[in-house]
Amino acid sequence: MGNLHDRVKERWPHAVLELHDDRGDETVVLMRDDFTVIMKALKEDPEFDFQMLMDLTAVDGKDLGWKPRFEVVYHLYSLSKNHRLRVKVRVNERDALMPTATTLWAIADWFEREVWDMFGIRFEGHPDLRRILMYDEFVGHPLRKDYPHNKRQPLIGPKN
Amino acid sequence: MPELKKTRKESMLLNIGPTHPAMHGIVRIIAELDGEEVVDTDVEIGYLHRAFEKHAEQDGYLQVIPYTDRLNYVSPLINNTGYCLAVEKLFGLETTERAKYIRVIMNELSRVTDHLTCVGASAMELGAFTVFLYMIKAREMIYQLIEEVTGARLTISYTRIGGVKADLPPDFASKCREILGECRGVLKEVDQLVTRNRIFVDRLKDIGVISQADAVAYGITGPFLRSTGIDYDVRRAAPYLVYDHFDFEIPVGEHGDNFDRYLVRMDEMEQSMRIVEQALDKIPGGPVLLDTQGNEISAADMVDEAKMGRVTGLCGKSASTDPTLEGSGRGIYEKIESGNKEAMMPPKEMTYSSIEGLMNHFKTVMVGHGIRPPKGEVYFPVEGANGELGFYIVSDGTDRPYRVRVRPPCFVIMAALSKILKGDTLADIVPTFGSVNMIGGELDR
Repeated sequence: MGNLHDRVKERWPHAVLELHDDRGDETVVLMRDDFTVIMKALKEDPEFDFQMLMDLTAVDGKDLGWKPRFEVVYHLYSLSKNHRLRVKVRVNERDALMPTATTLWAIADWFEREVWDMFGIRFEGHPDLRRILMYDEFVGHPLRKDYPHNKRQPLIGPKN
Repeated sequence: MPELKKTRKESMLLNIGPTHPAMHGIVRIIAELDGEEVVDTDVEIGYLHRAFEKHAEQDGYLQVIPYTDRLNYVSPLINNTGYCLAVEKLFGLETTERAKYIRVIMNELSRVTDHLTCVGASAMELGAFTVFLYMIKAREMIYQLIEEVTGARLTISYTRIGGVKADLPPDFASKCREILGECRGVLKEVDQLVTRNRIFVDRLKDIGVISQADAVAYGITGPFLRSTGIDYDVRRAAPYLVYDHFDFEIPVGEHGDNFDRYLVRMDEMEQSMRIVEQALDKIPGGPVLLDTQGNEISAADMVDEAKMGRVTGLCGKSASTDPTLEGSGRGIYEKIESGNKEAMMPPKEMTYSSIEGLMNHFKTVMVGHGIRPPKGEVYFPVEGANGELGFYIVSDGTDRPYRVRVRPPCFVIMAALSKILKGDTLADIVPTFGSVNMIGGELDR
């Protein structure tokens, strides 16, 4: 048995870049290339059984000098096993692209739209990647660290 | 048999919202209708986006607390608690036993007000205006109780990192019991008015149905998930504070329709009230901490003395505080806050009256000082009124949170709304939307 993140590491030793259980939150950092396969296994394998994607967000590491700049963070929860796992994937600014998780969890649809809206990370294979909280004419991605927090943009009136 | 002439299918687009009397917040639903049937909908959100997550990165950890009030403004105490618990997890800090009980009591009262609002408002939209008025009356009583404890009705900012702002007022327990009794009366009346009311039941039963599998795929939690028969509740699955000390049930539904959600919410209110009553019985009054025994002084006196410059007599004394900061002497601070000076804010009266208090305040509040949790990241889920409310906080070791993320419980339900509405009629949009209990502040942040 062993801990959850250890089991993930044992099973996919090459894909797990880092792992920790700081303050009890078990975390694995995955390589992007293996992301879809591992997430599918995490969801469907009865050993893990993560039926729920609780949260999906991103962190911009610009001010901390992270390389790659972004971390996309998934919080998984299993109803049957009552355990949680945090899965992180690092993506570059120039190549800010993630494989979509919409095929596994329906909720990834809106969460991914939010991450695209706020951080400008694209999700490949997403059915309808639009802005969700901001309006279509908004320029930039507000939760990026280089977006000034007090910047104003003109309000957009109705089209035509 | 003659071949039936195929009727021409022509759908109509109907725009509902962003501002609409039946919308509890600002949200836009563009419905594609075939006659009265909803073929498809596009739910557009974001009208109340206030950049909570961006603002949270600009100020210190303590300054985020007032923003959390404005997330779910129907049950702000739960948001307060969720955020503070997440930061406490970063610090590795445990609050005092009494503070935990106070938080539980306030959380459950908040849950009751939230459900009262939700059920009352949805009943009103179906014509049951009496129910709305009764429930708002009950909510008003609880709001007054909350006001006595926190000093405000809505924007309460009651919890602090490491504890709560002030102790409960002296006659709280008896007042609370009395109000819960009245609430029960209201709930019983409402139950008699609508639960078997033909009009009400017909509008809710088998409407807005979501299957278990869909609810799980959409990450839905709270009463919405429980109405489908899954008994997931954070208070039971991962007990925080002192929820494991209480005896309560998790009401579940069966069909996942609007009517079951109504029933689940009604039952949950009863369970919440049971928890409050048990907490009132068990809450440790306890002796005041030894080192301050006999040293407490009314906050008002303390401030007055300090203004006159008679500070020598104040050395080593601590202020007894109350929510209105009038200092009428309501139990002392150490009972309700952890003693960790790195994390907790001193009572305001101490700031006004002693140099140590002022320095402590300066160190916790001023820009560039502030409280500094160690580096790391935490996710802390609590059971909000609409489901799992999670705070994901990344700390870089400075006085400002590097990233604060809220997992808003009604966001995921709104994501599923399009699917739920499909196939129902136009008139069903209103009760289904009502059962979502969308809170704009939390949805759009």
